[in-house]
Amino acid sequence: MTQSRLHVPHPPARPGEKPDFSYLEIPPAGREPRPDTLASALEIEQLGTGMVRVLDEHGQAVGPWNPHLEPEELQVALRHMLLTRRFDERMQRMQRQGRISFYMKSTGEEAVAVAQAMALQPGDMLFPSYRTQGLFIVRGKSLVDLMCQCLSNTRDMCRGRQMPIMYHWAEGNIFSISGNLATQFPQAVGWAMAAAIKGEDRIASSWIGEGASAEADFHHALTFAAVYQAPVILNVVNNQWAISSFQGFAGGERRTFAQRGPGYGIPGVRVDGNDFLAVHAVTRWAAERARARGGPTLIEHVTYRAAAHSTSDDPSRYRPKEEWQSWPLGDPITRLKEHLIGLGEWSEERHAALEKELEAHVTACWKEAVTYGTLSEGPTLDPVSMFEDVFHDMPAHLKRQREALRRLLAEQHAAAAEG
Amino acid sequence: MAQMNMVQAINSALDVMLGRDPRVVVFGEDVGYFGGVFRCTDGLQRKYGEHRVLDTPIAEGGIVAAAIGMGVNGLRPVAEIQFADYIYPAFDQIVSELARLRYRTAGDFSAPVTIRTPCGGGIRGGQTHSQSPEGVFTHVCGLKVVMPSNPYDAKGLLISSIEDEDPVVFFEPKRIYNGPFDGDPHKPAVPWSTHPKGEVPEGHYAIPIGKAEIVRAGQDVTLLTYGTMVHVAEAAVQLTGIDAEIIDVRTMVPLDVDTLCTSVCRTGRCVIVHEATRFSGFGAELSASVQEECFWHLEAPIARVTGWDTPYPHAFEWDYFPGPARIAAALRGVMEAR
Repeated sequence: MTQSRLHVPHPPARPGEKPDFSYLEIPPAGREPRPDTLASALEIEQLGTGMVRVLDEHGQAVGPWNPHLEPEELQVALRHMLLTRRFDERMQRMQRQGRISFYMKSTGEEAVAVAQAMALQPGDMLFPSYRTQGLFIVRGKSLVDLMCQCLSNTRDMCRGRQMPIMYHWAEGNIFSISGNLATQFPQAVGWAMAAAIKGEDRIASSWIGEGASAEADFHHALTFAAVYQAPVILNVVNNQWAISSFQGFAGGERRTFAQRGPGYGIPGVRVDGNDFLAVHAVTRWAAERARARGGPTLIEHVTYRAAAHSTSDDPSRYRPKEEWQSWPLGDPITRLKEHLIGLGEWSEERHAALEKELEAHVTACWKEAVTYGTLSEGPTLDPVSMFEDVFHDMPAHLKRQREALRRLLAEQHAAAAEG
Repeated sequence: MAQMNMVQAINSALDVMLGRDPRVVVFGEDVGYFGGVFRCTDGLQRKYGEHRVLDTPIAEGGIVAAAIGMGVNGLRPVAEIQFADYIYPAFDQIVSELARLRYRTAGDFSAPVTIRTPCGGGIRGGQTHSQSPEGVFTHVCGLKVVMPSNPYDAKGLLISSIEDEDPVVFFEPKRIYNGPFDGDPHKPAVPWSTHPKGEVPEGHYAIPIGKAEIVRAGQDVTLLTYGTMVHVAEAAVQLTGIDAEIIDVRTMVPLDVDTLCTSVCRTGRCVIVHEATRFSGFGAELSASVQEECFWHLEAPIARVTGWDTPYPHAFEWDYFPGPARIAAALRGVMEAR
């Protein structure tokens, strides 16, 4: 007699155990072929199982995916990634000091957002998720603005309505981050469909964690993108962990996330997400394809969430503390830095000077940001502004409620003045 | 003026808007080539092309998500959800995304999406083709919720919905697509050509969202209702001979509290009728609003006549449906109350 048995996935290592990434097959840099941008999804299926890598173990750029970027561009990239990391560290500290309520670092994943934003055109529309703050940094959103959002202060772009990190930037063509996860993925496809309806050359790009790829929205996005051949790049950032659930709980034990693409007729490309050059090259390939009416591309970025999920999370309860040190694809910043040093275009001294400069910049930005208020210190937003933007024009019932709150606040103010 | 049923009036509204505004796109399941399972989009793809009127995969969540993305990219999407019963896979996209996009971005992003969806029973549709989920959406901040009761209103309100800067969920009571229905399924069907609201202008006109309409003036009691039940209520009033004022609410959000409460304060009595289930239904909001504004004028407790609090049962449709007899009993009840 045979009986069925439920398979409950287990990560390779839990706290106290030795980190084990043997489940990851990592091919040598330069191995994967770079196909024509209009190749059919089935023709290039192997790109979903292999891994596009450009930087080899000596920090040299090799193989057909080498994007041959100018050293100046790589120095800019290094600056963006380092600034992202310094910004994250400062905001984490400010959360620990109680100045902001919440934060999410992107440590170890900086190459994904930075390389992709640099490879795309400024008019391309970005539909971000958590840990893509690098998009804002590359496109030039000031750190003060990002900090003011986290502070919910008088300069907050969200006017005090959202938790920290839920940024958006209309002028910079970056959509709003949603705490519901995955919702932005099919929205990006709709945006791209509209671009195609209007006959524009702009494309959309969206990001989702491997964990949230289990949501129906992921399936909707890939179905609609394939059906309408929408000009969109759909990125799965596989950082191995969705809070405490390892990537096996999104189906990663059976297939790579990139392999889901060919099932829909969409090319799936798996890339070393900690290799700036590889991410840049793959993104440029997908963007060219989208603009040339080749349709969507699914990219899986293999990376590692070095930080906790958020400031509310303690990863030492579910994964080995030293996992990040054992991560076989290394640190994206270190790898790009060594590459530049190998080219003779960078040095430890310049790196140290840049670190110092960026640290000072972050400090100056924070000093400015808090002058616009914090959650606990003024100046503060007017609470009655909460009734605005629910609708384009405020309906009568909201006007009545706004009046009620206004009266209540006036009474409180009067009582405080008396007392 | 032309004679139109509600399907033709909706088709005409879409036709007018597709013709006037190049940003308008119409899509949904079976909407394009075939023209919709209820024929509301018949002929539109032929006229405007498949980039403006298109079929979609069977994925309501994807349809609404795509509509949001299109709206953000400057289009005015009109998405059809084939039956209101099928809208739930799109719930997260509607509630968490569409309704709150303007708010969460402090006005920097918005998506002027209209979601059209046939609702209501009386068509032997059982629990998956008969629901009236309007109350689920009236509870969501940031959505406008509309339900017309006749062809003239359907066209004017749909045009207003498409022109509105905010997202609108537009419910179409499918039992009255082809004619007004008085609640008696055994009578022969009556076409819209017999009804004054079957006269519909060919061109553009708008009925403002947020305005109720008094469809029958009366002195003794105010009957608040919308959709199919407007016609059932008229039959019940005839049955009783009570001089009721019937108000078609038309727009649930924003709600025309002034028109409703002015009437109730004058008549001193109020009966609320809807097809949807009772508990936490939209009638509860109507009842509370009336009570807050009209308490000192009320001569009797406010009565509600609704679907029973069960799923919509296939075999017992006419025992479930709040027909004229139940409405008549409620009218008599509030008139007798001291």
